[in-house]
Amino acid sequence: MKPEAMNKLPANPERATLDGKNKFLGFWFFLGGETVLFASLFGVYLGLRNATNGGVTANELFELPLVFIATMLLLTSSLTSVFATMALKTNQFKRMIGWFVVTGLLGLAFLGLEIYEFTHYVHEYEHTIRSSAWGSAFYTLVGTHGAHVFVGISWITLLIIRNLKRGMDLYTAPKFYLFALYWHFIDVVWIFIFTVVYLMGKVG
Amino acid sequence: MSAHAYKKKNPIWDWLTTVDHKKIGILYLASGAFFFLIGGLEAILLRVQLLYPEFNFVGAETFNQLLTMHGTTMIFLAAMPLIFGFMNAIIPLQIGARDVAFPFLNSLGFWLFSAGGILLNLGWFMGGAADAGWTGYAPLSTTSPGNGVDFYVLGLQVSGIGTLIGGINFLVTIINMRAPGMTFMRMPLFTWSSFITSGLILFAFPALTIGLALLMFDRLFGTQFFAAEAGGNPIIYEHLFWIFGHPEVYILVLPAFGMFSEIIATFARKRLFGYSAMVFATALIGFLGFMVWVHHMFTVGLGPIANSIFAVATMLIAVPTGVKIFNWLFTMWGGKVSFPTANLFAVGFIPSFVLGGMTGVMLSVPPADYQYHDSYFVVAHFHYVIVGGVVFGLFAGMYYWWPKIFGTMLNEVLGKLHFWLFFIGFHLTFFPMHFLGLMGMPRRVYTYLSGQSLDEANFAATIGAFLMGLATIIMVWNIIQTAVKGKKAGNDPWDGRTLEWAISSPAPEYNFAQTPLVRGLDAWWLEKRASNKAMVPAEPLDDIHMPDASILPFLLSLGFFIASLAAIFANWTIAIGGLGVVALAMILRSVIDYHGYHIHKEDLPDEGGEDK
Repeated sequence: MKPEAMNKLPANPERATLDGKNKFLGFWFFLGGETVLFASLFGVYLGLRNATNGGVTANELFELPLVFIATMLLLTSSLTSVFATMALKTNQFKRMIGWFVVTGLLGLAFLGLEIYEFTHYVHEYEHTIRSSAWGSAFYTLVGTHGAHVFVGISWITLLIIRNLKRGMDLYTAPKFYLFALYWHFIDVVWIFIFTVVYLMGKVG
Repeated sequence: MSAHAYKKKNPIWDWLTTVDHKKIGILYLASGAFFFLIGGLEAILLRVQLLYPEFNFVGAETFNQLLTMHGTTMIFLAAMPLIFGFMNAIIPLQIGARDVAFPFLNSLGFWLFSAGGILLNLGWFMGGAADAGWTGYAPLSTTSPGNGVDFYVLGLQVSGIGTLIGGINFLVTIINMRAPGMTFMRMPLFTWSSFITSGLILFAFPALTIGLALLMFDRLFGTQFFAAEAGGNPIIYEHLFWIFGHPEVYILVLPAFGMFSEIIATFARKRLFGYSAMVFATALIGFLGFMVWVHHMFTVGLGPIANSIFAVATMLIAVPTGVKIFNWLFTMWGGKVSFPTANLFAVGFIPSFVLGGMTGVMLSVPPADYQYHDSYFVVAHFHYVIVGGVVFGLFAGMYYWWPKIFGTMLNEVLGKLHFWLFFIGFHLTFFPMHFLGLMGMPRRVYTYLSGQSLDEANFAATIGAFLMGLATIIMVWNIIQTAVKGKKAGNDPWDGRTLEWAISSPAPEYNFAQTPLVRGLDAWWLEKRASNKAMVPAEPLDDIHMPDASILPFLLSLGFFIASLAAIFANWTIAIGGLGVVALAMILRSVIDYHGYHIHKEDLPDEGGEDK
């Protein structure tokens, strides 16, 4: 940490004000609620994963190379958001914005792959949200995650545009920090989706 | 965006945009009371239908709708907002805070709740209300014709988001906003129980969100989650509903327990017996509350092992609850007990709730439950718990905190009449239902045959419902009288123990001119024993920071309302437009800076308005 980089901001600028503390804690609680939300969806998925209604099965449908690329994109985006958080803590605003832009782009690429995957399943295999209870559970669980990615991308885009000229202070730091928390959460959920949906679909 | 405190504001605009927790509390209380009257009216109509065997007052179809809407309204639109109303009005005062942690979200929570409540009830005017029971079990709910269940699904979804937001707000408020010296183990019991309730909301409501979302997908988009013929599984809905639904019972009753703890201690003029045992009992009830949901599903056939585990967990809950009952009794023991209306409701609650608890233990035994299941015995049980626990608590809280919230005293004579009529009517209605259930009368059925020994008890139950109706009319009359020409209340009419009684009635906008220093449990009582006229301040007098008012919570809720209503009628263009309004409101919230404004110390009244 270079001294000039500190620029009088405290060590944890995202939690330095009462407002920041409240946001930090409130957002962790929100993620707790989101955990239950996804846990419910995972429970539903596990209950219905063999209910293929005579249609295509998970083993026939999934192609691991595609999912592997998607996973790598999302995991890397989590890493870049860590770099952004480190820049945030050392008050390097431009570097933080840079890493968040990379994070958003990786998220966008992931989302593109997911949209391709869904249309592929619908057109090539006629596997839709209505074709079986498993189809309903698959598209709802993975789609809810995808919707979270979409919200995340919109969020960081808005934050970057709004705060580009403002720089880092105790008012903007919590905003960026919360996005990073959210992004990690989405990433963790994907690891479970990769395991429960795709790996168990192939070998389970 | 900085509205100045002393500028004259248009009252309607002021109420639409307010972020003051005390005003939001009043909004919650008023809309909760409104829905309570609607739910009560529905109950009376149900009881009239059951007055005589084979009576045809409203008919079977309307009965199903009334039954569904009575349960849904009372739980989600009456009990929940009334509890949130008290939490908003009282908790920041009890912990010595100037505000809640998220004033904007607090307002958003209220407006989402009210949008959902209106949406639910619109069904009555748009082709029939929901008719699949308050639990909305699939496949009855997924195959129910018309739009009634769609109103249920989307109305509850929207108001549920509001509740979740409110829960997070109170968790953070209680953790981060306490005054100096207000440690966790010095918090008043109402704050403690609301804290635990907020935690339960956070972890229970998302399960309902998913249950309702899947129900909506099955109904609106043709998914197969609960369609057994396509491999779906309706039992999943039951699990999701009760993973939410059982904690919901504790979400409702724990704050009521907290109110009783304060009211009983205040009117016994003794500190609460076993404070720390009360705190841990509350936490334990909250914890166990997540492990008992299958006792609603004993007859589903999940097998003896599942049933046994959940039966034992259910019986365990009787232990901390029993601890609480004894602590209330010991608090009164040897105290100088007086009985204003608030304490009448608190003391009347104890035997009533114990009866509901006893039948709860009876129901927790799976073999016996096969006999009671879906009979009037269950109806008797949960009304003893919810009316005897939650509603008595809300009435007690109303008489107790009315002076602090509105600055006037409710009439005690009318109050006592209200209590006795309600207490007698309550037992007359629900006590006979135990026997109706044991004799085999199924719940949720619109009529019964004569000559099966069911006539007398049903007749008595309906008379009891009329008495409760009469008691409610007296309560409304009392409220109107008090609003028109109520006696002014002092700061501390009950010689209270907790911080809210240390400031003026009603509390000023900023609550505390100077944040108080808390020096022990029952902070205000301690200062009074030390002959202090006011709390010791923890900070010098300074400018007070206040949050900005905003119309965005209202707009955002309106967006959800429009989107939901359009989705019910499958008008997707308008639905997307409604969601666009939601997105726009969120973007505006993010882009506009809300820095708040200050009330200058020179503008504060002398001694922070604490002169008597």
